[in-house]
Amino acid sequence: MSRRGRWLALGAGLLFVSIVAGLLVGPVQIAPGAALRWLASFGAPPPGMSEQQAAILGNLRLPRVIVAGLVGASLSASGAAYQAVFRNPLADPYLLGAAAGAGLGATIAVVFGPATAFAVTVPLAAFIGAVAGVGMAYGLGRSTLGGRSSTSLILGGIAVASFLTAVQTFIQQQNAETLRQVYSWILGRLGTTGWDDARIALPSVVVAVSTLWLIRRLLDVIEVGDLEAESLGLNVGRLRVVVVVAASLATAAAVSVAGLIGFVGIIVPHTVRLLAGTSYRQVLPLSVLFGASFLILVDLLARTAVAPAEIPIGVITAFVGAPFFVLALRRAGGRSA
Amino acid sequence: MTLRPNHDAPALEVVGLGVRLGGQEILRDVSFDVPAGSWVCAIGPNGAGKTTLVHAVAGLVPFEGRVDLWGRELSTYPRRERARLVAIVPQKPVIPEGIRVAEYVLLGRTPHLGILGTERKADHVAVAVALEQLELRWAAARRLDSLSGGELQRAVLARALAQEAPLLLLDEPTTGLDLGHQIRVLELVDGLRRAHGLTVLSTMHDLTLAGRFADRFALLSQGRLVSTGSRTDVLNEAVIAEHFGASVRVIGDADIGWAVVPVSEKGDA
Repeated sequence: MSRRGRWLALGAGLLFVSIVAGLLVGPVQIAPGAALRWLASFGAPPPGMSEQQAAILGNLRLPRVIVAGLVGASLSASGAAYQAVFRNPLADPYLLGAAAGAGLGATIAVVFGPATAFAVTVPLAAFIGAVAGVGMAYGLGRSTLGGRSSTSLILGGIAVASFLTAVQTFIQQQNAETLRQVYSWILGRLGTTGWDDARIALPSVVVAVSTLWLIRRLLDVIEVGDLEAESLGLNVGRLRVVVVVAASLATAAAVSVAGLIGFVGIIVPHTVRLLAGTSYRQVLPLSVLFGASFLILVDLLARTAVAPAEIPIGVITAFVGAPFFVLALRRAGGRSA
Repeated sequence: MTLRPNHDAPALEVVGLGVRLGGQEILRDVSFDVPAGSWVCAIGPNGAGKTTLVHAVAGLVPFEGRVDLWGRELSTYPRRERARLVAIVPQKPVIPEGIRVAEYVLLGRTPHLGILGTERKADHVAVAVALEQLELRWAAARRLDSLSGGELQRAVLARALAQEAPLLLLDEPTTGLDLGHQIRVLELVDGLRRAHGLTVLSTMHDLTLAGRFADRFALLSQGRLVSTGSRTDVLNEAVIAEHFGASVRVIGDADIGWAVVPVSEKGDA
């Protein structure tokens, strides 16, 4: 098998192991064999599994694993794609105002929305806010900050993010009783019951991540700079629009169901680069696979480490992610020295 | 073949070319042509507009006037078709971090692939051929940023060759190279030009090297074309003194060949 094939197989294997681990671990013990048989029969309880166990797998653990996987894949793939088109290793999915827009949307939903419908209104408002935030940043960068360069887009993102955050903070201060709810959303959390979140996120994530996956080779071309990429026949402006739209869609979907989970969009693509090389033909598919696995495993930790309480998932991504990232960097440094 | 509508037309014909960038006029009313299979060198002092000329011909900056490739207007070629006709070796190529030499050269195949296409065997063959011609087979798996200046220049040239474009634009191809590597790179280009019938438009600062390799010259000064023609027309002492502000002697010698040599004001000891 080629080197690339080996990495893809490893990523797919890791994802499978993560999904199974996510199904098995929890307060109610379920035997691995039974869980696999349950998975293989698409949710029909196999002989020896109680209805209650099947319900735990089908309504609690599987949707949560799937949402974690979708969020991890979205943030990692968007981060990798942003790093390519902005030619900036520190670009993350929240670069163009998606986080601030989502934060404002969620805050508005919490403050002004009906408390009984938070499960649906908060994700929806966050999604709309994220898309609107990026749209404003893009419009601002293109129209008033002079042009086609990636710098003007980033500056637009900074301006929009500051503005939206200010509005969000103001609304929050005026309604201090909602502080706790908004804060816990900002720290990042995955839903605990049912398929609502997966249904909200799935369509955008599938469309956006497949788009990025399909154009991965063009991300290599844009690495040589706008001018040279144009000389190779690439429409750089259009590619950047496609990436911004796709990555924003994926990010908005992720943010809407999981809140702000930092660090994933930077650490996963960079770890992949250190392990498997810098070509986006590898970086993008592997970011999807490793990103999904990473978040499933982190979520596992988030709900079991101090059970029955939960640690906000964003806290763990940084807590686990930062040391792991340093290890990966050290390994790469040792190899090239 | 629709790519080159007219084989008898010059590979490149520039008529009344003007370029404004950021409100500033960089080139004005430049007209010249490059016959297929020839090597034309644009020379001129710093800031004369040589690089902008190369970018305009590659369709990378907006311009006024007309640029024709093989008798057909540049703007009528779709991007990828244009990129199959014109390859550029930029003065300061952007080196992506961590990229391997073979991956880099493979980027030259971009205009030959579909938008979402992946490379086929023929593309890998083209990469292997380009690496072979530039004596870089050994470096295929090396990181591009680990190469020396001369090797790097050859890798960039290999990418342009893998593009298989009949018109090659070289912007200061010898910048940063020592004398031996300068001559080797230019000999290589000349050999490839003869072997594959390529047409070359280059810019160059070293007038001696330019004079030895190019067939014809276009002297730019302050954004205008002030002289075109053969070596004797353009690279003579009077023209160089006027436009470069340098006092030189042009030597045509059976032993050392042809050279532009600066005249020492103080007199050499």
